This record gives sequence, C-alpha cells and structure tokens, in this order.
Amino acid sequence: MNYFENDLKSLHEGLVNKDFSAEELAKETFETIKKREEEIDAFITLDEERAMEKARAVDVKGIDEGNVLDGIPVGIKDNIVTKGLKTTAASKMLENFNPIYNATVMDKLDEKGMITVGKLNMDEFAMGSSTETSAFKKTKNAWDQTKVPGGSSGGSAAAVASGEVIAALGSDTGGSIRQPAAFNGIVGLKPTYGRVSRYGLIAFASSMDQIGPLTRSVYDNALMLNAISGHDFRDFTSSSKEVPDFTKGIDEGVKGMRIAVPKEYFAEGVDANVKQAVKDAIKKFEELGATVDEVSLPHTKYGVPVYYIIASSEASSNLQRFDGIRYGFRAEDVKNLEDVYVRSRSEGFGDEVKRRIMLGTFSLSAGTYDAFFKKAAQVRTLICRDYENVFENHDLILGPTAPTTAYGIGEKIDDPVTMYMNDILTIPVNLAGLPGMSLPAGFSDGLPIGMQLVAPRFREDTLYKAGFAFEQATDFHKAVPEIGGQN
Amino acid sequence: MAITANEVKHVASLAKLEFTDEELQKFTGQMDEIINMVEQLGEVDTTDVPVTSTVTEEVNVMREDVAVKGTDRTLLMKNVPEEKDGLIKVPAIIDESEEG
Repeated sequence: MNYFENDLKSLHEGLVNKDFSAEELAKETFETIKKREEEIDAFITLDEERAMEKARAVDVKGIDEGNVLDGIPVGIKDNIVTKGLKTTAASKMLENFNPIYNATVMDKLDEKGMITVGKLNMDEFAMGSSTETSAFKKTKNAWDQTKVPGGSSGGSAAAVASGEVIAALGSDTGGSIRQPAAFNGIVGLKPTYGRVSRYGLIAFASSMDQIGPLTRSVYDNALMLNAISGHDFRDFTSSSKEVPDFTKGIDEGVKGMRIAVPKEYFAEGVDANVKQAVKDAIKKFEELGATVDEVSLPHTKYGVPVYYIIASSEASSNLQRFDGIRYGFRAEDVKNLEDVYVRSRSEGFGDEVKRRIMLGTFSLSAGTYDAFFKKAAQVRTLICRDYENVFENHDLILGPTAPTTAYGIGEKIDDPVTMYMNDILTIPVNLAGLPGMSLPAGFSDGLPIGMQLVAPRFREDTLYKAGFAFEQATDFHKAVPEIGGQN
Repeated sequence: MAITANEVKHVASLAKLEFTDEELQKFTGQMDEIINMVEQLGEVDTTDVPVTSTVTEEVNVMREDVAVKGTDRTLLMKNVPEEKDGLIKVPAIIDESEEG
C-alpha cells in the first residue's frame, strides 16, 4: 500500500478486490505518517481515532465499486474548516478553534467516503510562500529537509510528495497550491475562480482564493477535482456552470493544441536550469503534435504589486473579524474593550499577517485609496486583458511555475519584497481568475522543477489533457524522494 | 514616497494593532520597501480603464426567502473565549481606571 507505487485507481482496485481493507489502509497510512513526520513535519493535527472509526464503517458498508475515492485517506490544509476537528490556519489566533460546521468541500469528500487523516501545515492564514510563517512548525521539503516546502500549502505538498497521503487539498490565492507542488515535484491545480465553493475556507483574499487538489499524478488530480467542484448556494461567487467529468477525454493528446509561451516568463531572475527544463518541455509538446508560439503578456511585471495591494486590502477587511470576542485568541489581563481588540490582534497574529493587514489598511485609507487600491484594480483589468488577447488564438499558456527551485529554510523570510517577487509567475493567474496547474518537468541539483500550464476560464479539461500527455511522455513524475529510510 | 514611523503608527491604530518601538522601526522599513515596490504602478497608463473587483461571472444571485432553522445556541457558544450565563463575557467598554 506504498503510496509511491500506487494511484487512486490501483488503491481502489485493492479495496474492491479485498487485497486490503479500508481499515488496514488507514492504519498503514498513520504508521507511515508517524514515521515520516519526524523528518517532514507536514501535519498540525492528526485525527486518528475518528479516521479509524470511519474506515471501519466503510468496510462494514462495503466499498462502492463505482466510487474510486471510497475509503481513501486524504489530508486537508488547515484553513479549510472541519467539523469537530481543530482548524487553526496555522495561527495562534485560532490555536484552539474547533469548527461547528464543515466547509462544502469537506461535505463533498465525506459524501465520497474519503477519510480525513489530519490537518496540514501552511503559512499563517495562507500568507507566505514557504510555510515558514506558520505559528506552529516548520515543514520541510520532501526532497531535501534543509529546504522549504514552498507555500502556503507547504504541508499539503510535502505530505503528498513524501508518500504520507495519496492526495491533499490546498488553497491558492497567489500560487499557494502550484508553487509548493513545483517545489515538491507533484501535481497541483488551482481551479478557475468559482469552480470550487469557498464556503468554509478561512478567507484571505476573497476575489482570488480557491481550493484545489495536490496529487502525484494528473489523473488523480482530475479525480479529486471531480469530487470537490460545483455550485454551492452558500458561496454566491461559485459558478452555476455544469461540471464536466475531468477524466473524460484526458488521454486525447495535444495534437493541434495551440500553446502560447509568454516571453515575460523567461525574464531575468528565472534560474537557468528552470528555463532549460521548460524549454525541453516545449520541445516535448511540439513532438507530441502541439504548435507553440511566443507571445507577450506585457503587464506581467505589475502582477506582484497589484496582487499585494489587492490581496492585502481584502485581507485587512476579512481579518477584522478576529477581535477576541466570539471565538479565537483573547489576550489576558485586558482592562477595557478596546484593549481586547488591540491586544488580542497584536498577540494573536504573526508578523507577516500584520504586514499584510497594515499594507491593506494603508491602501484602503483616505488619501491613498485612489493611488493604491483603485490603481491596482485598474491594472488588474489590464492583466486580465493580456490573457484574453492571448487566448483568442491559443488554448494554453506554458511557462515555469516558480523562478527557482526550493530555497533554504530561513533564507528569505526576513526580506518580504524578495519573497513576494518569487510569486511573479503564479500571481497573475489568480488576478484573472484562470485555472492553472503545476506539474513535474525536471530536476536541478536534486530538487524538482515545476512547469505551469494556464487555460481560459473553466477549461481545466485542457490543463488535464495537456498534463496527462506530458506525463505519459516523460518520467519526472515517477521520481521518488529518499525519505524514511526507503525510497 | 517615504512612509514615516508616525504614519505607520496611525495605520496600526486603524487596523487595531500595536507595536513596540523596536517593531515599529522594523515595520516602517519593510512597509517603505513594499510601498516603493508598488509605486511602480504609477508608470502604467490607466486612463479610462475600469476597475476589476471580482472575476466571478455570476450576477444577482437570487433565492426564495424561506425561513430555515438557525444554528443551535450552545453550539454557537462553543468557541467563545469567556462566557457567563449563556452570554459572551467582555471587559467593561469604559476603562476601569476611569471609573468613579
């Protein structure tokens, strides 16, 4: 039941053929997790007792042969609320927060019989790109434990890459699924804005947040997206469009597919080995029958400043709710109500969250609103138009996911601007609400390189088709990190 | 545009945050760097460009106005930091040292 040698389909077959039971699968999963956690530290909370109970219930009921996810253990990023299971957003503010309801995606996974094994580490409130802003622990990259796992869904990516779980959910506001997927050599997809309900996702920047799956293969990713997609009356921004079966036609290949490669994605600052890996991937796609053109997304370089203004502004508003009154951290020895607010927030939030609240409050305040927030929202329109222009004649945009491979733990944490610039290739996709996927495209000094595919709104099917074709033609996804004394 | 420690202090008070002098120094420097970075947006011509505030395609989502049962009260109180007689307990709104 080694997750490195299995996928969702083979695990399902094992369960159907009674090669192993759901209980055995869950038990072995926890054993593996406990062993590898000594090196990886991906989980904030494990939910062993309830998970084992649920696995036994699946066995009693019998595996549903038509449901490939039935009885499969899954990991969940700790900003997705889980009823009765502590949900912290990796913040001291929510250290003891025990949700009384499920996020819509959790209801959907429960309905499919998936078994939540625990909650995964992340940057505090999903603000960060290295999982180092977590209030609780430092998660390590599955390939090199001196390197960051990326972020903010670093726990989700490291858990899947180290074989602790076969699949996990993350969230992506500016690259938080795709960049850690790239750093850990796995597949991570940020769906189109509105594809997946945000109900129960602890809000960071509501106009960009999306929940999405992290897996070891493209096909598994499509299976997971099938399970979590769809309209939700509790999230009015979720799309009422019908959800296709993303595995249907996934093997049709890329013959005739028109791929665009933006020249801005190969600018200075992108590592030479990363560039080379993506160039090799371009060649591979041409061999497979796609046409590739160089295009321009001229406003790419403004993506980072636009994003930090808009995301921080939305965050400063969303995080007003943390006031120490109804739930969350409350400072002690306070003498008046104002003190409850100020001291609870000042003691409960970490530095990066405070920086974003401050930048957001500044951008929205009288005197700076026009020059900052309004200006950023206008440039956002220009970024959206850049994509519309390219997609008039192309099916797909291809480039690197991140400018570099995983960097060292502690290397960039004290330099916010450098850290922010690292998100330059993923951020514009969120600003435009497009679907984007990162998948393995090579290695540099033993660390995985990720390639990013971006499609027009609601064309996740194109991403999966292209990703599947690339995966079939390459071996990068088969590589396994040396971990837990085995590989 | 350079931001001063006093301006940072003002923004902090709007955001209901407080900083020690040392933190204030660090944050002022970092805020300044971030603001320098975002000021490059000034070079983009946005004359007559509308703002994008959302990318959802859904408009005017309507639903029937049907009464549904609310969440159980004891459940709602589950994460309250301090509680008394089924109510949320908070300190006096007026500073106790100012009383009397």
